[in-house]
Amino acid sequence: MEITDAVKGLGSAGAPRANVWFKAAPVADFPENAGTNIRYKGRQIAVFNFARRNAWYACQNLCPHKQQMILSRGMIGSVGDEPKVACPFHKRTFSLNSGECLNAQERKIEVYPVKVEDGFVYIGLDE
Amino acid sequence: MKRVIVVGNGMVGFKFCEKLRNRSAEVEIVVYGEEPRPAYDRVHLSAFFSGSGAEDLLMAPAHWYGDNNIRLNVGELVTEIDRAGKKIKTHTGRTDHYDQLVLATGSSAFVPSIAGVERSGVFVYRTLEDLNQIKAYAKKITCGAVMGGGLLGLEAAKALLDLGLETHVVEFAPRLMPRQIDDAGSLVLEHKLTQLGITIHTQKNTTVIEGNGKLESLTFADGSTLPIQMLVISAGIRPRDELARAALLDVHPRGGIVVDNFLRTGDENIFAIGEAVCHNNMIYGLVAPGYEMADTVAAQIAGQPFREFTGFDMSTKLKMLGVDVGSFGDPFGETAPCIPIVFQNPRNGIYKRINISEDGKQLLGGVLVGDASQYSMLHQMVINKMVLPESPESLLIGNGSIGASASASVLNLPDTAQICACENVTKADLVCQIRAKEAKTVEDLKKNTKACTGCGGCAPMVTDILKCTLEELGHTVKKTLCEHFTYTRQELYDIIRATGVKDFDTLLDKHGRGDGCEICKPTVASLLASIWNDLILSQAAIQDTNDRFLANIQRGGTYSVVPRIAGGEITPDKLMAIGRIAKQYNLYTKITGGQRIDMFGARVDELPEIWEALIAEGFESGHAYGKALRTIKSCVGSTWCRYGVQDSVSFAIFIEDRYKGLRAPHKIKGAVSGCIRECAEAQSKDFGVIATEKGWNLYVGGNGGSRPQHAKLLVADVDTETCVKLIDRFLMFYIRTADPLTRTATWMNKMEGGLQYLREVIVNDSLGIAAQLESEMKELIAHYHCEWKKVVETPALRAQFRHFANDDSQDETLSFVEMRGQKCPPDWNKK
Repeated sequence: MEITDAVKGLGSAGAPRANVWFKAAPVADFPENAGTNIRYKGRQIAVFNFARRNAWYACQNLCPHKQQMILSRGMIGSVGDEPKVACPFHKRTFSLNSGECLNAQERKIEVYPVKVEDGFVYIGLDE
Repeated sequence: MKRVIVVGNGMVGFKFCEKLRNRSAEVEIVVYGEEPRPAYDRVHLSAFFSGSGAEDLLMAPAHWYGDNNIRLNVGELVTEIDRAGKKIKTHTGRTDHYDQLVLATGSSAFVPSIAGVERSGVFVYRTLEDLNQIKAYAKKITCGAVMGGGLLGLEAAKALLDLGLETHVVEFAPRLMPRQIDDAGSLVLEHKLTQLGITIHTQKNTTVIEGNGKLESLTFADGSTLPIQMLVISAGIRPRDELARAALLDVHPRGGIVVDNFLRTGDENIFAIGEAVCHNNMIYGLVAPGYEMADTVAAQIAGQPFREFTGFDMSTKLKMLGVDVGSFGDPFGETAPCIPIVFQNPRNGIYKRINISEDGKQLLGGVLVGDASQYSMLHQMVINKMVLPESPESLLIGNGSIGASASASVLNLPDTAQICACENVTKADLVCQIRAKEAKTVEDLKKNTKACTGCGGCAPMVTDILKCTLEELGHTVKKTLCEHFTYTRQELYDIIRATGVKDFDTLLDKHGRGDGCEICKPTVASLLASIWNDLILSQAAIQDTNDRFLANIQRGGTYSVVPRIAGGEITPDKLMAIGRIAKQYNLYTKITGGQRIDMFGARVDELPEIWEALIAEGFESGHAYGKALRTIKSCVGSTWCRYGVQDSVSFAIFIEDRYKGLRAPHKIKGAVSGCIRECAEAQSKDFGVIATEKGWNLYVGGNGGSRPQHAKLLVADVDTETCVKLIDRFLMFYIRTADPLTRTATWMNKMEGGLQYLREVIVNDSLGIAAQLESEMKELIAHYHCEWKKVVETPALRAQFRHFANDDSQDETLSFVEMRGQKCPPDWNKK
C-alpha cells in the first residue's frame, strides 16, 4: 500500500476539499477515457482519466441503485457540458462534478478531487 | 411559515406533497401515514408477485421526504381532529397543530357481509401487508379465487396466477369490468383470460363461504358451489371517512367526505382529496382524478392559480393480464341516443365498439378489447367533440399503418385538445414550444411542459405531434443518435466506410461534438466492429458493459462465460472439459436456450485464466456478450432423425462457423430445422432455415423475447449455396441500414414496402447492391479471429482484467449463497 501524504490540496471542479492525498498508481495504469478502480483502506474509489477533457475525476465505486461496486466499469461521457459516468447495470448516470444522479431519482454519489504529479495519480480524500 | 398537515401517505397523499413542494418551498409539510412504510404504488401491487420488491414499488425512496423538507411519520394513525384548536391527535397520544389540513385517508377494501367471511383463508387486496399474508397462505394451497371481476379484482387474479395457484374469478355482474366494458367486450376478455388459465364465473352471487375453520368452498345464490382454499376479496372500496365523521364534517350517506369543487370540506381550513372523498355524489376509485384533486389543493395552498375540480373523465386504457383494454367517453351509449358500430375478430380476440351520435357527426364513446392502439385518437375525438369522417367504421378497421393515419389524425386535433392529462398540456402548448421555442425532441418538450412525465401514456401522441409539426415547419425529422452526433446510424455507417475512420475519438472530433455518452459510444463501437471487424478491445473504453470485458455482467459484479458450441453439437470429451473447468473455478453451470453451456460467477480477474483453459481445450468465444451473432440452433435432421429430409446439423454448424464474430445493430440468432416439424424453432429467429425435400426454405425477421414475432418466408426450396448467399446479403443489408439496438423484426416492420421490398432487394437485387453486400461479408469473415484468444495471448490486454488497479486483492463485497448445490449471488433487493 502506498504512503498517504497528509497534504492540504485544492479540490477540483466542485469536489470537496482534500485533507489527505492518496498516491494511487502511475498514470499509465489508468486507461484513457475510461474508469479504473482503486483500493483505499476499506474503500473502493473509481478514478476516471477523462483524456478528451484533459481532466481527471473520481467518485465512489458503489452505485446507489442496487448497491453494486461497479461504477469504475461504466462508460463516461458528457451531457451538455457536464461530465458523467453511466452505471453498467441499468445506466443510471451521475455527474462527475457534483455526484448528482442525472436521469433518475437516486442518492448523490461522493466525488473526490484528483491530481497528477510526477507521473502519479493522487486522490484527495477526507481521511 | 404556513404549516400543512397531510393525513395519509398513500399515492394521492404522496402526490399532493410532491405537487405542493414543487410549487412552494415556503410551506411546512408534515405527513402522518398509518401504514408502516412510505407511499407505494398500489395500482401495480401485482408486480410484487412477479419479482418486484416492496422497495421498487415505493412512490419515492425514503430519503426523498427528508431531501424535500417534508416530515413523514409512518406507522402513526391520526385519530382525532380538533377543528377549533386546529390540532390533530395521533394514536400515540401526540398532538400537532396545523394551519391547513389535507385529508388523504383513502379507502379500505369493502368486505361484504357473507356468512363465513371470517374464516381463515379469506383476504382483502389492498396493502403490502395483505399481499404478504396472501403470499404466505398461498404456499400451503393450490386453488384460490378472487371475488370481484373489476379492475382491481383482475389485478388480484394476476397475483394469484403468479403465485402458481389454480385461479378463479367470481363476479356478481353478468360481465367483467362492468363499469368499463360491455357484455360483448367482456366475453372477449373472458376468453383471453381463460386461455391464460383463469376460470371466470360471472353472474355469481356468493351467499356462503363454507369451511370448517378454514375456507373450503363458496356457495352461490343459484345453488352451485366452487371448491377453493383461498379467497381474495376485491369487491369495491369504502372511503376512510371516520376521521371526518368524528370531527362533524359532512359525510355522504353512503360514505365519503363531502367536498366542493375546491376540494374543501365544510371547514375552510380542511381539504380532502382522493378515494376518501365524495364529490358530486361520486367516489373516484382511480388514481388520476386523485392526482388532479391533489394539484388543485396544492395550487390553492401555494396561493397560485388553479383549476376547479368539476369531475373527471374516467376514460382509461390499460393492459389487463397482457390484454389491452380501453374504455372512453360513454362506453355503453347510455347518456345520449346513439348507434353503436362494432368490430369483432374472434380469431385474434379483438372487440371494438364505438358509439356514434344519432346524426352521425360525433363520437360519444366506446370500448376496445384486445387492441387498444386507437385509444388515444378516439378518446381525443370524444373529448374535443371532433366531427367524424364520412364512414365512421373506418376508424375501427385501420390497417395499422400508423404513419400516415397518425399524422392526419393529430393534425385534425384542435389546439385546445388536452394531450397530457396528468400535467394538463394542450396541443397548443406543445406546438408553441416547437414553433416558437425551438423544441426539437420529446426531451425538450418534457422539460418545458412536463408532458409525458406523469403516467407517460401521452408519449406516442406527443411524439406524433412533434414529428408532424416539425415536418410542417420543413424540418425533416431524423433519428439522430444523441446530442453528440447529428447523424443517423445509417449515415454514420456510410461516413465510417467512406472515410476509413477506425476509432471513436477521431470520428467524434471530425463529425461530432462534445465528449460522447453511453448511447453513441456503443453504437459507434458496433459500427466499427461491423465494418472493420477489428479487435473490439482496442476500443475498450467505448464498449458497452458486456463487450468491455467480453463477458456478460451478472448481479454482484461477476461475469458469465459461454464458449461456442456451434449447432449445439459437442463431443463427450469436450463436455467433460467444460465440466472440469467449471468445477475448477467453482462456476454455476446452466444450459442455455441457444443450445450451449453458460458458466456463471467468474470474477473479472479470473476471466483470462478460464478462457485460456477453454481455448487450450479447443473452444473459442461464443460472443454471448455482444450485439453479435449468437447461435444457430439445430434439430437432428437426416443424420439420425427418421423424419429429417436434409442434414440440418451440418448446415447449422457451417452457418454458425461462417458468421461467428459478426457484430450487428443487435444480437442475431438463427436456426436450421431438418424438416417441417421444425424442432429447432427456426421461425422465431432473425433468420431461420427449414429443410424441404428440394432444399431449404429461408425465413427472416423473427424473434422471441418480450415482443415475439414469427419470421416470414423469404424464399422456398433453394439450394445450400444460394441460401448462404441470401443470408450474406440479408445480414449485411440489416447491418448497414438498421437503427441502433433494433432487432431484424423491428427493422422489417418499419421498412417501407416490408417483406416484398426486402425480397426485391435481397433476392432480386433491385438496388444492384448484392455483389457489394456479398463482398463486404466475405471481408468480415476473412477478418475473423477469436477475440478471447487475442486477450489470452496479449499481456497488455490481460492486465485490464482486474478489480483494483493498485492492488491484487479481490472485491470483498462479493458474496454467494447456495442453491440446489451450486452458488448464486444473494438477492440484491434484500438489504
